[in-house]
Amino acid sequence: MTRTSNCGFAYLDEGSKREIRRSILKAVAIPGYQVPFGSRELPIGRGWGTGGIQLTLSLIGEADVLKVIDQGSDDSVNAVNIKQFVCASTGVETTYDVEKATLIQSRHRIPETPLRNDQILVLQVPGPEPLRVVEPSEEVTKRMHGEGDYVGIWLSLFEDLIRHGMITAPCNYPVEVEGRYIMSPSPIPKFDNHKLNDAQCLYLFGAGREKKIFALPPHTRVKSLTFEDVPFAVETFEDRTCRLCGASGVYMDEIYDAATGQSYYQCSDTGYCRVRRERAAAQQEGTAHGI
Amino acid sequence: MAYVAVTGGKEAIAESIRLLQYHRCATETPLALEAVEKSMDLLIHRVMGEAGFYCPAYAALALKQCEGSVEEAVFLLRAYRSTLTRSYYSLPVDCGEMRLIRRISSVFKDVKGGQMLGPSYDYTYRILDFGLCQEDAAQAHRQAAAILAGAQPRPLERLETVSQGLRDQGLIHTPPENGEEPFDVTMENLEFPCPRSARLQVLARGDTGFVTGIAYSALRGYGFSNHPTIGELRSGYVDLTIPYLFAEGEQIDLGELLLTQVVSYTALDDGEAPGSLTIKEGFGMVFGRCESKAIAISILDTTLDEPGDAPCNNEEFVLMHGDMLEMNGYISHLKLPHYVTFQSKLSSVRKSREKGGAQP
Repeated sequence: MTRTSNCGFAYLDEGSKREIRRSILKAVAIPGYQVPFGSRELPIGRGWGTGGIQLTLSLIGEADVLKVIDQGSDDSVNAVNIKQFVCASTGVETTYDVEKATLIQSRHRIPETPLRNDQILVLQVPGPEPLRVVEPSEEVTKRMHGEGDYVGIWLSLFEDLIRHGMITAPCNYPVEVEGRYIMSPSPIPKFDNHKLNDAQCLYLFGAGREKKIFALPPHTRVKSLTFEDVPFAVETFEDRTCRLCGASGVYMDEIYDAATGQSYYQCSDTGYCRVRRERAAAQQEGTAHGI
Repeated sequence: MAYVAVTGGKEAIAESIRLLQYHRCATETPLALEAVEKSMDLLIHRVMGEAGFYCPAYAALALKQCEGSVEEAVFLLRAYRSTLTRSYYSLPVDCGEMRLIRRISSVFKDVKGGQMLGPSYDYTYRILDFGLCQEDAAQAHRQAAAILAGAQPRPLERLETVSQGLRDQGLIHTPPENGEEPFDVTMENLEFPCPRSARLQVLARGDTGFVTGIAYSALRGYGFSNHPTIGELRSGYVDLTIPYLFAEGEQIDLGELLLTQVVSYTALDDGEAPGSLTIKEGFGMVFGRCESKAIAISILDTTLDEPGDAPCNNEEFVLMHGDMLEMNGYISHLKLPHYVTFQSKLSSVRKSREKGGAQP
C-alpha cells in the first residue's frame, strides 16, 4: 500500500508518539495499572477507538502487518474506517488473517486463534475504570486502587448474586492482575476473559477519551473476579455451530431472520471464519484434483 | 438479512461521504472563505476557543468543510493540531497592555481608564432585519469602513484591572502568584484536585453551552447562594511573544491575539479572618469576543472552590464533562455496532429469566 495522507508517518508528530511509547513501557512494567497520558485528538471521534488508534500509531512501523476488527468483524464500518486511516498515513499492509498480522487492533473481542509472542493485541477501551460502577469520582477511585480497596466491587458482585441468584454482570467483566490491580478488560465478552491469562502475546489497552493506557505483558496471571463457591460462568451457545464454517465452541453472533422468524448463529470472529472456509475449500479442491 | 448490514463497510462509507458533499454543495452561490472568516467573527471565535487553536482562516475553512457544524469544525482543528510539533511555549500575555476594543465594569460607574462600550449586541433590539436580504455587500463594507476612517487610536497605556484599587484597600482576595509553570491540559491527563491553571484551560476550551449552563445553575442557587458582579470585562488585542533563545531577556513577536478577559467579584466569608467577609475574585479568559463564556468561567472559578454537592461545586464533574470532542465522541459512538456486547447482555438476561422462572 502507498501512503496517501500529507501528514507525517503515522499521523501524530514524533514527540507525541514517543510520549505514548513511554507510557506503554510504564504500563507494561506495572501490569493492570492505568497510566495517565496526554491523549491526542485524532480525526476520528473520541469514543470510536482513539485510545487504541494512538497505541497503534505510536507502535506501527513500515514492516508491520495490521489487522483491525470491530466486535469481531474485519469488515464492519468502524474497522474499515480505522484501517483506512492508519494505512493512509503509514502505507502498511493489512490482513484479515490473524496469523499473518503483527499488530492487531480490536474493539470488544479477542480473536479465537491464540496469539503468538511476536504479536501485539491493542484493545480499544471506552471506560478503563473497573471501580466506576461503585464510585463516580476519579480522585477517589485512584486512591482506592492505591490502597487496594476493592471491597466495593466485590460487594457489587455479591449483591448481583443475591438479587439474581447468579452473577449477571456481562461483558467488561473485571479481572485481578497478578494479585494486585483490578482491571477492566474492556467490553470483551466474558467468553474471552480466559485468553488474557498467561498469554503469549502482549495486550495493550488504550482509552483515548479517558486518557489512560494499561497493559498485560505475556504470561501475566489474570483472574476473573469470582467467589470460591460460585464458578465464573461465561456466555454459552450450547451446541450451536456456525452456519458458514460449522465451527463450534466459539463466540457467536445471533442473527434473526425477520422473513422466517428463525435465529441463526455464525462466528463473531469473521477472520477466523473466513480462514476456516478458505482452508476447507482448498482442501476440497485438493481432493478433487487428487492431490 | 441483518448480516448484510454488518459488512460492506467500505462502500457504505464512500457513498456516505459522497452524500455529505451533496449537502455541502447544495447551491451554486460560492461560500467565500474570506466572508466566513471576516463576517462570522463570533462563530470563528467560538470554534477557535473550543478547539484551543487560534487561526481564524483555518477555522473558516473547517466551518466550510462541515456545513457550519461547530462540533465538527472544532474536531477538524483539534485533529489538525495533533499533527503539528509543539515548538514553543509563549511568554505569558499581559492583559494590562491590551489594545482595548471594549471595556466595561458593573461595579463602579467611574473606573480608572474609563468604560468603553465597544461592539456589543447587548443594547440592540433583536428584530430580524429583512433589509439584509438584499444587502449590497461591497457598499455595506465601504460604509462600515468609513465609520472608523477618521478615528485616531488611543495611545496605548498600561491599564490594570479594576481589582487593583480594591486590592490596595485590602478588600479583595486575589489568589497569590504561585510562580508555578502552568499545567498543560493538552499534554497531560488531569489529576484531581487540579491546579487552577488546568481548571481555567479546560473551561476556556469547554463547550460554550455546557460551561454557561453550569454557571447558570449556580446563579439559580444550585450550590451557590451569591450573585457575582462583573468587576471588569475587557476585550482587545495582546501581543504573543516567545523567548529568543540566543539573547537573554529578548523576545520574538509572533503576532497578536484577540482575547476577552473577565474578573467577577463575589462577597464570601474570609477564611483567614473568621466572621468577616472578603471579595473573592473569579477569573475567565477566552479567545475572541465570547463574552458570556468568559463570564461563566469566572463564576465557575469561584463556585468550584465552594463546598457543596451541586455540579458547580464539583471540579471533577465540571472539568470532565464539558469538552466538545469528548462528550460528542462518546455520545456518537453509541451508533457503532454493539453486537458482541449486546449478545453478552442478552445471554445474562436470558439466563436470569430462566433462573427466575420467567416465561421465555
